[in-house]
Amino acid sequence: MSVFDAKTPDGPLAEKWTNHKNKINLVNPANKRLIDVIIVGTGLAGGSAAATLAELGYNVKAFCFQDSPRRAHSIAAQGGINAAKNYQGDGDSTYRLFYDTVKGGDYRSREENVYRLAEVSTNIIDQCVAQGVPFAREYGGLLDNRSFGGVLVSRTFYAKGQTGQQLLLGAYAAMNRQIARGKIKMYTRHEMLDVVIVDGKARGIIARNLVTGEIERHSAHAVVLGTGGYGNAFYLSTYAMGSNVTAAWKAHKRGAYFANPCYTQIHPTCIPVSGDHQSKLTLMSESLRNDGRIWVPKHKEDVQAIREGRLKPTQIPEENRDYYLERRYPAFGNLVPRDVASRAAKERCDAGYGVNQTGEAVYLDFAAAIERYGKEQAHVKGLDENNKELVQQLGKEVVSNKYGNLFQMYEKIVDQNPYETPMMIYPAVHYTMGGLWCDYNLMTTVPGLYAIGEANFSDHGANRLGASALMQGLADGYFVLPYTIGDYLADDIRTGPISTESPEFEAAEKNVRDQIDRLINSNGNKSVDHFHKRLGKIMWNKCGMSRNAEDLASAITEIRELREEFWKDVKVPGTATEYNEELAKAGRVADFLELGELFAKDALERNESCGGHFREEYQTPEGEALRDKKYQYVSAWEYVGDPSKAKHHKEQLEYHNIEVKERSYK
Amino acid sequence: MNLTLKIWRQKNAQDAGKIVDYSLTGVSPDMSFLEMLDVLNQQLIDKGEEPIAFDHDCREGICGTCSLYINGRAHGPDTKITACQLHMRSFKDGDTIYIEPWRAKAFPVIKDLIVDRTSFDRIQQAGGFISVNTSGNTQDANAIPIKKENADKAFDAATCIGCGACVASCKNSSAMLFVSAKVSQFALLPQGQVEATDRVLNMVKQMDEEGFGNCTNTGACEVECPKGISLENIARMNREYLKASLKA
Repeated sequence: MSVFDAKTPDGPLAEKWTNHKNKINLVNPANKRLIDVIIVGTGLAGGSAAATLAELGYNVKAFCFQDSPRRAHSIAAQGGINAAKNYQGDGDSTYRLFYDTVKGGDYRSREENVYRLAEVSTNIIDQCVAQGVPFAREYGGLLDNRSFGGVLVSRTFYAKGQTGQQLLLGAYAAMNRQIARGKIKMYTRHEMLDVVIVDGKARGIIARNLVTGEIERHSAHAVVLGTGGYGNAFYLSTYAMGSNVTAAWKAHKRGAYFANPCYTQIHPTCIPVSGDHQSKLTLMSESLRNDGRIWVPKHKEDVQAIREGRLKPTQIPEENRDYYLERRYPAFGNLVPRDVASRAAKERCDAGYGVNQTGEAVYLDFAAAIERYGKEQAHVKGLDENNKELVQQLGKEVVSNKYGNLFQMYEKIVDQNPYETPMMIYPAVHYTMGGLWCDYNLMTTVPGLYAIGEANFSDHGANRLGASALMQGLADGYFVLPYTIGDYLADDIRTGPISTESPEFEAAEKNVRDQIDRLINSNGNKSVDHFHKRLGKIMWNKCGMSRNAEDLASAITEIRELREEFWKDVKVPGTATEYNEELAKAGRVADFLELGELFAKDALERNESCGGHFREEYQTPEGEALRDKKYQYVSAWEYVGDPSKAKHHKEQLEYHNIEVKERSYK
Repeated sequence: MNLTLKIWRQKNAQDAGKIVDYSLTGVSPDMSFLEMLDVLNQQLIDKGEEPIAFDHDCREGICGTCSLYINGRAHGPDTKITACQLHMRSFKDGDTIYIEPWRAKAFPVIKDLIVDRTSFDRIQQAGGFISVNTSGNTQDANAIPIKKENADKAFDAATCIGCGACVASCKNSSAMLFVSAKVSQFALLPQGQVEATDRVLNMVKQMDEEGFGNCTNTGACEVECPKGISLENIARMNREYLKASLKA
């Protein structure tokens, strides 16, 4: 039987985590050697958790579908990681980071979890520096910071545009140390296809070896999912091609509640779609909004001329440009949070001001930054500030130092030089705030089954702030789960190894084999991608940046029909006993087709606008999101045989330490 | 564009493998190289044939998964990018393109264009880390100031994505650029000094055991590295290795 209690500790907010740690059960070092933990996913959350649990003495088995744990998609995070270090002395504090995160999440996250996140954020930076993560530094040798959207301080630590890579390689190195010690057994190219519940507790998984096709049983005393988000339900996204919901969805079908599936982050600055062949979208880091100014032409005739190639953006004079974020949100300007920036871009493009052929692109312009930095450098070096050519050259050098790899990436994809002409950008699916429901200990509603990082729902509410995903992944993996899991495992010191011969393992394996047989023998006519693309279109058009009741209702019907068609007509070539990417993809798309329906159902139930969930029926006269106090709860869905029948549970959200206000960035 | 593709097909590690010809029409210059392969695979699936297996994941040049040897060059004709960032505008209508897997004893083929690079992981496990516990109870991050120049160089070395292009490009199948990138990152930072001796000795020992060849300074690895990892790192590793050998 599932339990639905957030288990948040008593006491003043700032002391909750310390008090909780003081009170929970511990497992003594000798007994940790008797306990096995399975971790699925080796990104920032899973990798850091695996390393830390192994270091504490548990026997860890870690699984990833990639060929190496270093390839998890955390590697692609660009801009940075937040921490309330206040190294800049600009008024930052644990409370302010907590405040910004709750407000940024549009008052839909759990207060206690967010405060803990802010509290441990500073440890992450200390930890990573000790591990040799090469963060950006100033000339004095100390760490540098920059700003991200939705905040008024500089608290983001970074390593050029490759912060996720450096942090993940740090966690990967920590894992390697434990693999060498024999404390982590690493299973690469393995995909989890079911979680096994014995006597009401998660006791193992069924995994498929992606190279040989073998189905394997693995047992443990607890199972941790750090399997990331489900944005690939939209087909096109900034996620890696292999990112999927399967592990989380199988857990959901075994009793774990799925929370707030409709909270999806659509990131404002991505490279626009270029054609039907498109397989994925590429993000341009939010850090670019520190220096880039977003605009579209003020006049439709200029838009037309640009689309027809008669006019270049650089030829449009200042007075004919609409810097719409600076116009609408003077206080935060180009650094408004992602949901706000994305909707504003959509609003301009829907109104006919999009600047590319498809009408779905806006400019991100660095000309002003290049000039400003150029003049500054000329001044510093005692050179002529009025020499335009020199100023341009110096300015470009500064911009290149800050964002060089992003500019190069843009140029390779679009074939235009962003130092000379503004970038074209458009919003794209980037992150999912929703995920498996978990309590303060990060345990799902299935005892012994944990969800960490993007796979859970707890910290970002309805909208995540930039540079907070890396923070949450590492906080969960390094500093939260390793404590809280002990509280549960303390009861297991006398259990002994879990057998994989039980009827529960038998049944779960059969379940997995049945699905694989059904896919491989379906003999249909259409490829897996065919269905995935169609699902993506429904999701983007009806469950995307703005939603309404009518569209959502029809999305539910369409997704259900598509799912039926998929099972009748999908074609999976090859066999199940070899490397077969189409088969792996088919299983993932089958789960997306179920999740998609729950997603739409959740969005339809939430009759308000908040964060990334924007319902057209609920907006202010100025077009801003209109929240409703009535919906100040977490929607946690229980699986009862079919997504359409999912049972709705509510966790009321209470804010005792922050005043719930209208979220304004004006 | 219309293209002739000559692609390595190999059913599994035991199979001998061979080049198979495919022709593909209507390729857009704006497609990425992998999207072009997606189109081909879609056609193969529609015809009831098995699609070509190739490794890929992030498709934005950072995960290091993609590993195609295109017209005799790792990641293809363009420089400082991975195969997933290569776009078809780098080719002409009527071109013939050869696509092969990485070729190295230490990277056995799994299927078609997919190779096993776990040897890289084992080298990292031999010493590519700093042995600090992940408890968070370490000193304040700003307690160790690091010269910006050294921090930047350490970062440049740390940007290695572990794709294996260096090995594939090297006539000796040497992994020196890959190993030296990690050794350099830590050699340039104060945090790395404590274990420096064991690190370089152990990582080099593992590299040799995995069957990678020696370095003869041809520099092909640096030319083909998608992240522009510099040969300087190999020189630095050689110094570190010599120092460590004298100490040991």
